[in-house]
Amino acid sequence: MSASTITPDLIAQHQLTGEEYAKIVATLGREPTLTELGIFSVMWSEHCSYKSSRLHLKKLPTRSPRVLQGPGENAGIIDIGGGYAIAFKIESHNHPSFIEPFQGAATGVGGILRDIFTMGARPIAVLNALRFGPLDDPEHGRRNRRILEGVVSGIAHYGNCFGVPTIGGECVFEQAYNGNPLVNVFALGVFRQDEVFYARAAGVGNPVIYVGAKTGRDGIHGASMASAEFSEESKQKRPNVQVGDPFMEKLLLEACLEAMKTGAIVGIQDMGAAGLTCSTCEMGSRGGTGIEIDLQHVPQRETGMSPYEIMLSESQERMLLVAEKGREQEVFAVFRKWGLDAATIGQVTGDGLLRVKDHGRVVAEIPNRLLADEAPLYDRPYAQPFRRAPLEAPHIPASPDLTRDLLTVLASGDVCSKRWIWRQYDYMVRTNTLAGPGGDAAIVRIKETGASVAMALDGNGRFCYLDPRQGARLIVAECCRNLSVVGAEPVAATNNLNFGNPERPEIMAQLVAAIEGMGEACAFFETPITGGNVSLYNETLGEGIFPSPVVGIVGLLPTGPPVTVDFKQPERAVILLGGYGDCDAVRFGGTQYVKAVLRGLWGLPPELDMAREKRVHAAARELARAGLADSAHDLSDGGLAVALAEACFGPSQTGAAIDLDADLRPEFLLFHEGPSRVLISTADPERALAVARAHQVEASVIGRTQPGRLTIRLRGETLVDAETARLYVAWDRALERALRPAHETS
Amino acid sequence: MKFGVVVFPGSNCDHDAWFAVQHNLGHQAEFIWHDSTRLGDADAVILPGGFSYGDYLRCGAIAKFSPVMNAVRAFAAAGGPVLGICNGFQILVEAGLLPGALVRNRGLKFICEPVQLRCETTACGFTSTYAKGQILRVPIAHGEGCYVADPRTLDELAAEDRIVFRYVENPNGSLGDIAGILNRERNVLGMMPHPERAADPLMGSTDGLGVFQSMVQSFARVASARS
Repeated sequence: MSASTITPDLIAQHQLTGEEYAKIVATLGREPTLTELGIFSVMWSEHCSYKSSRLHLKKLPTRSPRVLQGPGENAGIIDIGGGYAIAFKIESHNHPSFIEPFQGAATGVGGILRDIFTMGARPIAVLNALRFGPLDDPEHGRRNRRILEGVVSGIAHYGNCFGVPTIGGECVFEQAYNGNPLVNVFALGVFRQDEVFYARAAGVGNPVIYVGAKTGRDGIHGASMASAEFSEESKQKRPNVQVGDPFMEKLLLEACLEAMKTGAIVGIQDMGAAGLTCSTCEMGSRGGTGIEIDLQHVPQRETGMSPYEIMLSESQERMLLVAEKGREQEVFAVFRKWGLDAATIGQVTGDGLLRVKDHGRVVAEIPNRLLADEAPLYDRPYAQPFRRAPLEAPHIPASPDLTRDLLTVLASGDVCSKRWIWRQYDYMVRTNTLAGPGGDAAIVRIKETGASVAMALDGNGRFCYLDPRQGARLIVAECCRNLSVVGAEPVAATNNLNFGNPERPEIMAQLVAAIEGMGEACAFFETPITGGNVSLYNETLGEGIFPSPVVGIVGLLPTGPPVTVDFKQPERAVILLGGYGDCDAVRFGGTQYVKAVLRGLWGLPPELDMAREKRVHAAARELARAGLADSAHDLSDGGLAVALAEACFGPSQTGAAIDLDADLRPEFLLFHEGPSRVLISTADPERALAVARAHQVEASVIGRTQPGRLTIRLRGETLVDAETARLYVAWDRALERALRPAHETS
Repeated sequence: MKFGVVVFPGSNCDHDAWFAVQHNLGHQAEFIWHDSTRLGDADAVILPGGFSYGDYLRCGAIAKFSPVMNAVRAFAAAGGPVLGICNGFQILVEAGLLPGALVRNRGLKFICEPVQLRCETTACGFTSTYAKGQILRVPIAHGEGCYVADPRTLDELAAEDRIVFRYVENPNGSLGDIAGILNRERNVLGMMPHPERAADPLMGSTDGLGVFQSMVQSFARVASARS
């Protein structure tokens, strides 16, 4: 190997610390080459190594009898019965989506899809959790609108062309995301349990085969970009963002699944972050083997690429696989059929080293384990979680017009209909979508087994900002509640931890508290975390995002017509499971009412009694499965009033006459966001109430459905009275209006 | 009756069409790979939705050069029924089997949603089980579904009763609210909406199943006469 010319500047440019570099030199017993330095910098980046979070991620529950594969592979795998399994995971593409919204989001979808089909599963569903700065932000509104439009088009472009339905998700607006939008994409695939493939290189002498798109100079150092704060210079980093080709990915999917059926494939991994580097050393490390490749055999899109560039390229739609020696032709034949490049670039060795050659000359030689498993691990100091919001509540004036307040909350960014977004997604392709976007949980049927899978994503940056531990527990509770109201039993989870700079103790404290809260709740609700993603350094010019853990939970249910949110016809009883709940001014401070009407943020998130929450889930699930719920909707953002209004937004626009009897002040009663509550309508209130009683869940009939009007009274006094059509229009059109401000039309 | 479902690289509603025929309709379906020069013993051909060849250049523009399209042209010329759905419709137009063109939606965005269609004619083998004027609920999912043609072609289509489906509320700017049209011989139908997505009670509508049922009713006789 050539003599090294590694300078302190070069080390800093690669975002390695002095200690990290010293560790490299000590372990190698020499100075690294430039290529090696590049390889270390991506593998030891926060994005790939989880060096700040690994210590705490161990606190998460990861096992249950249904878990066939927990964290550590490309995706978690869950047994769904009938000999079938699902693979699913969530991943972020936050940084690229800020720099180049369309391609950033598109390649985010592409990356997570590859994680699923590299295991042998056919992707059947995608969800996404999006966070943007406010569309009407005086300073950044125009940019925020452009980012939202770009991200949504990018997701639509990739998912629609690939042929996977995008069936749900959530979208939230906060100033904290002005300089750091979040794009988290969840994907789920299905396969037979005996068709699972792992990313392990085994069998010394077996060929290492490269398939898919050619390697170019795009995305070099994407992983390390995702591990640093943004500055003015980041805008210059556009070449770091990759360009996606969903058609190529579709071919790659079909070719990989077909090649797997030949039985000639030993192990396979996609090339995502850190491209060829990550896939080679991780497969070797997992298999306890070495890998030797020669870069002259790597299909290249550009001429004159250096070993450094080839190893660090993040060109999309590429896979690395290990085949059985002597059966290469069977694999090549499949890829030829699909018109894809496939080339043997090296072989599995027994020495545990990643050896990279360029035309026979060794340019890197590093133990795989050192790269993949022995990356630095930091126990970063943490103090009190950062918050600027006051704990005490200000005086909350009595509302002069609660109907107007309801209209305001319904038209606010977080609560309003996201139809403008999801009608751009093909949410029906593959004809499995029983419940698509816009409901509490999305449901796809598994044609092969007669079972269905429900899934939902939840996050709540406001709650997590006020109290990360409690906020994280609440989002797990809400996600499980979303699944339960459609009749599904939550079985497993994946998480995306979006935080600021972990080197700041008050940010690290948010991360630690959120992980611990999420761990407690996932253990309690029996939804082990089978994998996920950590995205740190979500800061621009020192301004961090709200702590934004997002959880994705999957549940199982028998295939059948779904229970949906909307009231179906007049003269049905409306039942509130879980009671009116309790609230005070402090616990009211994180609600959508405070955000949209009072324009504030203070206090603490709502309280959560997990045992009570779980009983509500069981009751809601039984009601859905027994066919007792004409409609069901969980109470979350905007509380009881918003849940009631949203139930009026079905095709029939059936409303309700509601009579409440509670001691809470009207603003709290209507809009507090206390958990553990579900709204149903039913033709058989006696039996529904009996189900609730059997689960020791408080429940009462609070009114009846009626045509076209929502009226809410408190002990005879009218709080809200409006035609459902008026509420609907406010809710349905708000996003489109926000995207087309008056001064920009014409 | 046996339906052949053509699979182009990038087809992604191929399996949905196959499933609708095989499971919802209860007839046989099999896939035909795009570089095949023959259609085997298929009695009807479906060009499914998706993004054939990535829809690069123009939707359907590359697919028309696929070897299988020569076989499809010959099949259609011999009176065999051909149903093009969404991308399949775009391919039929590019291949010259149907007139006009499909361009970017008026709103410039991809649209996925159930829409209402009016069945304008039952005088063809694809709609014989519907009533004229019947309103159907069938989903659309496309970015380039705006049907355009010169005025003479539009007049001709109307005069010859070749407009099979119109949108009740036009979602994409199609001229004449056109959602589906026939060739002059009435054995080739192209439509942007997806009948295969409205063929299963669990998908919220079975209004699209009639297209396949009509094909069986109308063309099974032709098929058995040929064999």
